[in-house]
Amino acid sequence: MQQVVKRIIFYAAALGIWEAIVKLLNIKAVVFPAPSDIFQALWNGFADLTLVYDLLASFQRLVIGLVIALILGTVLGVVFAKSKVIDDTIGSLILPLQSVPSIVWLPLAIIWFGLNEKAIIFIVVLGGTLVMTLNMRTGIKSVPPIYTNAARTMDYSGFSLFTHVIFPAAIPHAVTGARLAWAFGWRGLMGSELLSTGPGLGYTLKFASDFGDMALVMGIIFIIALIGILVDLVFFSRIEKKVMKKWGLLEQ
Amino acid sequence: MSVQIAHISKTFQHHGVSQTVLDQIDLTVQKGEFVSILGPSGCGKSTLLSIVAGLTAPTSGKVLVNGKEVKGPGSDRGVVFQQAALFPWLTVEENVMFPLKKKMPKEEAKKKAYEYLAMVQLSQYAKHSPHELSGGMQQRVSIARALAMDPEVLLMDEPFGALDEQTRSRLHEVLEKIWIDTKKTILFVTHSIQESLKLSDRIIVMGTRPGRIIDEIEVSFPRPRDEFRKQLAEYEERIQKLLKSEIDKVVKEEESYAAGR
Repeated sequence: MQQVVKRIIFYAAALGIWEAIVKLLNIKAVVFPAPSDIFQALWNGFADLTLVYDLLASFQRLVIGLVIALILGTVLGVVFAKSKVIDDTIGSLILPLQSVPSIVWLPLAIIWFGLNEKAIIFIVVLGGTLVMTLNMRTGIKSVPPIYTNAARTMDYSGFSLFTHVIFPAAIPHAVTGARLAWAFGWRGLMGSELLSTGPGLGYTLKFASDFGDMALVMGIIFIIALIGILVDLVFFSRIEKKVMKKWGLLEQ
Repeated sequence: MSVQIAHISKTFQHHGVSQTVLDQIDLTVQKGEFVSILGPSGCGKSTLLSIVAGLTAPTSGKVLVNGKEVKGPGSDRGVVFQQAALFPWLTVEENVMFPLKKKMPKEEAKKKAYEYLAMVQLSQYAKHSPHELSGGMQQRVSIARALAMDPEVLLMDEPFGALDEQTRSRLHEVLEKIWIDTKKTILFVTHSIQESLKLSDRIIVMGTRPGRIIDEIEVSFPRPRDEFRKQLAEYEERIQKLLKSEIDKVVKEEESYAAGR
């Protein structure tokens, strides 16, 4: 509780000082908007529903991209973990690819798909798939042999061994992978929306920037950060904690 | 006869050097018999059990269970490992149902699971997660799980090795009662002389390098054996001597190896 109080006081003070400095030094909103300007810009954006449509459009792309990424990443991770030949060949590509930010593929994606939804979703998929693949592969590979041995003595083998033991045992890694996939996907989405057509949060940010509306630019940056935190805290953190607890991986 | 181990040898390749872990092991276990395999660490006793379980392939020789050759793991041989090896994503009850759910309707599996959980006195923990239980309780669940598939033989690989003295002693009683009630054939691997004397009909003493049977001791005292402490102490001394010469041999080998470098 004390922590919350401390934080509220800190943020209130920070916003107050910020507002005061901007107003006292008479800094133009184009250069550095005050909190009140940002609030006003956001208010207008939500009142005329542009930001609402942006949010819906962005989330739609994200959800489609993330679902594809998670399915693809899970399948690839399992294939790499199970086949040494594929892992040694194609699998060696994953790490170098992962160190390339997915957004740099946008020029190619635009050539392949056109400047449209597909190109953006492609970037989200790319951002999420690789990290999901890496985590899934690690998860499957680090299933304790004692689990599989125990199951084999109980007449589980092949596919039933995989679905009943190996996959469930890898779920903690899969959840971490999904959480990271969301983070990478979200970054890729915002980046590619900046360079695409609307609606979408990134697109409106670029639009506002073209018109010198820095209050709205900062407002959207806040929204992007806020969504990033909220989805992580409300959704992924919770699931991760639940899984870790259930799997007995949390310190009691 | 229940388990027949015939001329089993096992050689491991380690950094290009082949090492014989088991050398020509022959052992027959009668139906309903409780046999302990006792030996110092490194004598291959766990490897032998793993071969009977079908989890490790022998280099030569074969294992017959009820006259049928072992080709791989199977539910005719229940295995209890040193670690409980319970699946953390399942509850205690689901863990015990795990070997049953492919073979019978869910309700029936559940009923059976409760039966065996009651046998290890854990029915009130059915809905718990494995990690909420103590080590001894987890091992009891693991025994219930192995028994639930009604195996011909129960293979136990130092099942109480990781537990404290009091818990171990209590689990000895639980296991003794289960063995008397179910009349299962039990092959029990241990490095504890007292444990083997307390529980088994017959003790197979193994020597090391290579792993082989050096003696076989019949223990025919009625159970529970607490009142035969004095007689058992004589057995203990005898086995201790046997094992000491084995351990001395290992030490001597290591010393000469070190001196030779």
